Amino acid sequence: MQKIKIKVGIIGTGNIGCDLLVKVQRSKVLECGIFAGQNPNSEGIKMARSMGVNTSYKSINSIVDNPEICDIVFDATSAQAHLIHAPILKKLNKFTIDMTPSRVGKMCVPILNLEECLNSQNVNMVTCGGQDTVPVIWAIMKIHPQTKYVEIVSSIASKSAGIATRENIDEYTQTTSEGIKAFTKVPNAKAIIILNPSEPPIVMHNTIYAKVDKPNIAKLSGELKRIVAKIRQYVPGFRIIAGPVFENNRLTVINEVRGLGDFLPVWAGNLDIINCAAVRVAEEYARRKLL
Amino acid sequence: MNNVIIIDSTLRDGSHAIAHQFTAKNISDYAKGAEGAGIPILVVGHGNGLGASSLQLGMSLLSDTKMLKVAKKELKKTKLGAFLIPGFGTIKNDLDPAIAAGCEAMMVASHCTEANIMRQHIEYCAKRGLLTYGILMMSHMISARELLTQAKLIQEYGARGVLLMDSAGAYLPEDVSQKIATLVSGLSVDVGFHAHNNLGMAIANSVAAVKAGAKILDCTSRGLGAGAGNCQLEVIVAVLLKMGYKLDLDFFKLMDNSEKIISKIGQGQVIGSTSLTSGLAGVFSGFAPHIKKASRKFGVDARDILIELKKRKVVAGQEDIIIDVAMNLRNKKKAKKEDYSIEALL
Repeated sequence: MQKIKIKVGIIGTGNIGCDLLVKVQRSKVLECGIFAGQNPNSEGIKMARSMGVNTSYKSINSIVDNPEICDIVFDATSAQAHLIHAPILKKLNKFTIDMTPSRVGKMCVPILNLEECLNSQNVNMVTCGGQDTVPVIWAIMKIHPQTKYVEIVSSIASKSAGIATRENIDEYTQTTSEGIKAFTKVPNAKAIIILNPSEPPIVMHNTIYAKVDKPNIAKLSGELKRIVAKIRQYVPGFRIIAGPVFENNRLTVINEVRGLGDFLPVWAGNLDIINCAAVRVAEEYARRKLL
Repeated sequence: MNNVIIIDSTLRDGSHAIAHQFTAKNISDYAKGAEGAGIPILVVGHGNGLGASSLQLGMSLLSDTKMLKVAKKELKKTKLGAFLIPGFGTIKNDLDPAIAAGCEAMMVASHCTEANIMRQHIEYCAKRGLLTYGILMMSHMISARELLTQAKLIQEYGARGVLLMDSAGAYLPEDVSQKIATLVSGLSVDVGFHAHNNLGMAIANSVAAVKAGAKILDCTSRGLGAGAGNCQLEVIVAVLLKMGYKLDLDFFKLMDNSEKIISKIGQGQVIGSTSLTSGLAGVFSGFAPHIKKASRKFGVDARDILIELKKRKVVAGQEDIIIDVAMNLRNKKKAKKEDYSIEALL
């Protein structure tokens, strides 16, 4: 007997869209109903076709014209495009998972607020830097709630940043810092994003700094261990590579993320950290629908 | 008539030399001096630009807005400029406040291979009538032809000029001539150069740039700047005048600015071993103080950190990797003799 799966639509056929497609097709509860872009000959569309997936170059209109094609929509286009897509998807009553830094929907970091997000029609996945660092900062704030300022530096391989990411770098930087503040209640946060073109490409590398006077390193290490275990349930390549350490009057934690190598090779952990989180949201939504 | 436009970045790159601690008095004194000397554009702020005051790079003493406002008060003919690296500052938090504070010129910068992350910010500033330039940092890392491809993007976004930055102070004059000439012949907008002095070549390289057709030189008074410092403004002006170029600048006033104002703010820029190694390795000049700190904290040789940073091909802004590298080196067994060799740097 064939198991019933919930159909998803993916709009946007860049790095994020393609990596999502591979992950969705592996899911036990999801399957791709439509993979839609704007260019019938894009690499992404070609890949999807070769996988036997239904494709379209009519972007969101492929869903407007045929709403039954999916229940869940991943928007992997750009922040500007999502502002146009959001009201359309709302009207169609599609559970929408926004991969862009548009900040339209409810911001979601699954290990912190999955439940609440399942009740929203539009969920925003913040940014890859946000997905990576918010849980670490949450742990720091749990042990040192008086912390007034945190900062993150997210370095990713140039090859993993597609054109939409580049043309949204401003929204990306802004949304990452606002996401950190919203989730962890730290009064001030700064995000710094670096693209590094070196070959072979760098593994996604994130540094979290916090202004803490006398950090309790032992307690913090314990809390981080617990939170890392939770993250690794859906992003197995997440690990802390240095710290927590107090140096230069700042608390420092450094982590890196290796991806599963689904669309881009393992160095593109930035795709996995956000896409695994998004797929987790979609799967949870699907499971409840299938009950 | 100026044959060459001198952009004065003393109050921007110079900030690196004093751990970003410019006081309001420093800024107003120097801004007054720059106006008096006829400087066309004075760039002010944190060494890495708007929104860069951070734990990663060092906190500025004053906010960006405060620094810009203090400088603006002293400027009439001289245009107030700021610097922005996308990924650090944002339009909402940083650019808009800078424009409101009276910025008329904007230097937008990215690593030399990543010009398309500047599109949003160059277009935003150009549309608002700011004199906008695009800067390719760490430009020694790629070829002239690759630089031209990136520079054309900057031109297409609406910038008035493209500057090559020798962020590591790694160039020799022949490299500068070739790269600047390629840009000059391939672009319709002005081309400029920003030197660092790690190998003692800042003046020679700036001369090479102008001879190859550069119309803009980005310099600092007394050479105050990251690592071994920049192209010393009053010196390059003297050299250009001697070469027969016309510059609408008060040369004696420029010397006074250096002697009476900047000498009290920062020390003369000696090429120390960290900066010299950094120039040879082609590693970002601004890392020097962070490398020295990490070297002390983790008990490893600053030069070994630099060799490892070269291997990892780090770019501007990746100061956090220094900690990573230093901790790793500490945990390794004592480095082998051959790891110290000059070959590792060339």
